[in-house]
Amino acid sequence: MNFEFSDDQLVMKEEVRKLFEKEDSVKRNRNILEGEENFDKDLWNKVVEMGLTAITIPEEHGGIGLGFLELCVVAEEMGRAIAPIPYSSSVYLATTAIINSSNDDVKKEYLPKLAAGEMIGTFAHSEELGTPTSDNAKTTFQNGKLSGDKIAVPDGDIANLFVVSAKCGDKVGLFLVDADSKGVEVSKAECFDGSRSYANINFKDVDAKIIEDSSSEAIDKLLNQAAVLFAFEQVGGAEASMNMAKEYAMGRYAFGRQIGSFQAIKHKLADMYISLTLARSNCYFGAWALGNDAPELPVAAATARVSATKAFYECSKENIQTHGGMGATWEFDCHLFYRRARLLSANIGGQSLWKDKLVSSIERSNLPQ
Amino acid sequence: MDFNDTAEEAKFRKEASDWLSANAEKKEHSRDVYRPAEMTGEGGESSALQDAKDWMTKKYEAGWACLHWPKEYGGRDATAIERVIWAQEESKYKVPGGFHEIGQGMAGPTMMLYATEEQKKQYLPPMAKGQEIWCQLFSEPGAGSDLAGIKTKAELDGDTWTINGQKVWTSGAHYSDYAILVTRSDFNAPKHKGLTYFFLDMKSPGIEVRPIRQITGGANFNEVYFTDVKIPDSQRLGEVGDGWKVALTTLMNERLAVGDASGVDFQEIFELTKESDFNGENAISNGGVREKLADWYCEYAGLKYTKMRNISALSRGDTPGPDASITKIVSANKLQDIANFGMDLMDNASIIKSDDKDDIRALFQGSLLGAPLIRIAGGTDEILRNIIAEQVLGMPQDVRVDKTVPFNEIPSGSKN
Repeated sequence: MNFEFSDDQLVMKEEVRKLFEKEDSVKRNRNILEGEENFDKDLWNKVVEMGLTAITIPEEHGGIGLGFLELCVVAEEMGRAIAPIPYSSSVYLATTAIINSSNDDVKKEYLPKLAAGEMIGTFAHSEELGTPTSDNAKTTFQNGKLSGDKIAVPDGDIANLFVVSAKCGDKVGLFLVDADSKGVEVSKAECFDGSRSYANINFKDVDAKIIEDSSSEAIDKLLNQAAVLFAFEQVGGAEASMNMAKEYAMGRYAFGRQIGSFQAIKHKLADMYISLTLARSNCYFGAWALGNDAPELPVAAATARVSATKAFYECSKENIQTHGGMGATWEFDCHLFYRRARLLSANIGGQSLWKDKLVSSIERSNLPQ
Repeated sequence: MDFNDTAEEAKFRKEASDWLSANAEKKEHSRDVYRPAEMTGEGGESSALQDAKDWMTKKYEAGWACLHWPKEYGGRDATAIERVIWAQEESKYKVPGGFHEIGQGMAGPTMMLYATEEQKKQYLPPMAKGQEIWCQLFSEPGAGSDLAGIKTKAELDGDTWTINGQKVWTSGAHYSDYAILVTRSDFNAPKHKGLTYFFLDMKSPGIEVRPIRQITGGANFNEVYFTDVKIPDSQRLGEVGDGWKVALTTLMNERLAVGDASGVDFQEIFELTKESDFNGENAISNGGVREKLADWYCEYAGLKYTKMRNISALSRGDTPGPDASITKIVSANKLQDIANFGMDLMDNASIIKSDDKDDIRALFQGSLLGAPLIRIAGGTDEILRNIIAEQVLGMPQDVRVDKTVPFNEIPSGSKN
């Protein structure tokens, strides 16, 4: 049994981690949160230079031709770094949707640009309060034209390429729209986690290309794939939060001793570690299922997603608690992780939705053996 | 990333599997476990014990007992990953167990480090063969989590020690042949400096074993009283006053031995929610029920894959992390919550006690009563959290008021 990432994958992870440490990504997160820019272009360029936007793209389309396992280790570091860049939107969502597509023309045209970071993509899916599913889209696609309103589109004001879910006959498919097409109206929305950018988008009879129009399952598959990748981000963020809490508890003295020597604090840290370890192990299985396009993917993705969401929430909130009053100040970095935890919990459907999906998938697959 | 055996591992697995299929009966499903004659009305606890001894002897004679021990003491010199593979294969068969873990898992490894060569040759092979059972005389009424607080007194006269005092929670003392024992030989030394460790014959005069009835109704463990029990100095393990160090060796092995809590798990509650009626629908269609199922599945799967990560580390020849502590905390609490929720779903039916092992009610009721014991045995939830915080995360120990003062000046036990 070899239920571990390969040495090469771990080296890659280390390189990405070093990049974000060197570039002080947490500081950059704060700069975006407090400033006017909608993402850190300089950091984005460095990520592109390192080839991180090209990982899963086949070589024939200008990519590096590695697999999802490599993307998983990068995702964990993105999460640890709370990087203020549109990486997940462009890579996990838009790029994966196009790689999944059977439309070779679309692949040929867009994948090289996404690989080179010349284009930034995103997935426009949500339309109202509540949870995005594969069949609740009201946006329509007919005769090459797409119309409808999408809300809370991640990096919607940054992206120049939208993967859009839309009804097409009795199916809900995936379509591709260039951001500068006639009839696209983007309104930037203020985001709960101000280190990331969101927008509402109105599409009015815009030209759209077909990614997948013959089955509603393409959206479910994309969301499951993204769920594993986001879960790795969440695990990275959770571990960073736990480590912050630990460092603080070791250096802070009260009642004449390190607060980290109190069992009330140690047990809190132990619970964070337990939650994180379960999430990480579930993520590993998610990575295996994702990398092998295994029939277990729906169960594995939902399991990874649910436990990683829980872990990041718990670690980020208890990190603030461990810091005491200082943890609740704007000045300390704890809230940057707390905000990111909340954002990542909601972005592809909330915890209740994924728990329900998980049980449905178990019912369908008759797991566990 | 894959779940396949290496060529060597596959070869070992086949060898194990071949021997098992020729010598044991395969389970038809996961709950199709070994049942002693007592449960079929043909015997008492002794049938389970004798069956377990005989199965161990059979394994011993074929070279499948105490896999990780050196061959010269009755083991196989197997690697850690081979031990895991054997356990995986053996768990597919209806075989008796549950009596040898303390001896082979804890006493044996301690003897191997501290006994004389002659003693090792005398005691270890019979331990591996399985006809001699060992128990662990550690906890006392005033020393459980705080094990170093024990007061059972050991006094040396010539080359014979005299033991007086009381031990408690001793699993299997009533059928054990030998025991490992921690005592206090110096009450004036600081707590951790005055302990001395022995092994002894449980048939020694002056030992009295009294069963303790647990909340499950069963009586698997005991109080053990010592009145002027004599132990030759040659049966001391480690130096006089150095017993804490020896005890830590034993406890380290205990943590490796304690694994999943047995009883109801995700599969059982999942099946129950599909079958039980809830306002005219199956319980599984209720949103609140589904949320709980999802949480328990995530814990169940998280433990399963954590174990696989540990096995992978073993397969590569690395030391696995101390994640065994996580397994017990998570699985024991999950067991308790699943049992409680399952009985809730059964409503009034759960109130009626069932002793029929094939009745799902008996399984949930037994699990609910067994879970509190599992949360305490082999390190309480609280002690395990300390271990995770201190040994995994590297956090500082609690400030101690009992480490440097003479033991007889430290308050201990219950004062009410």
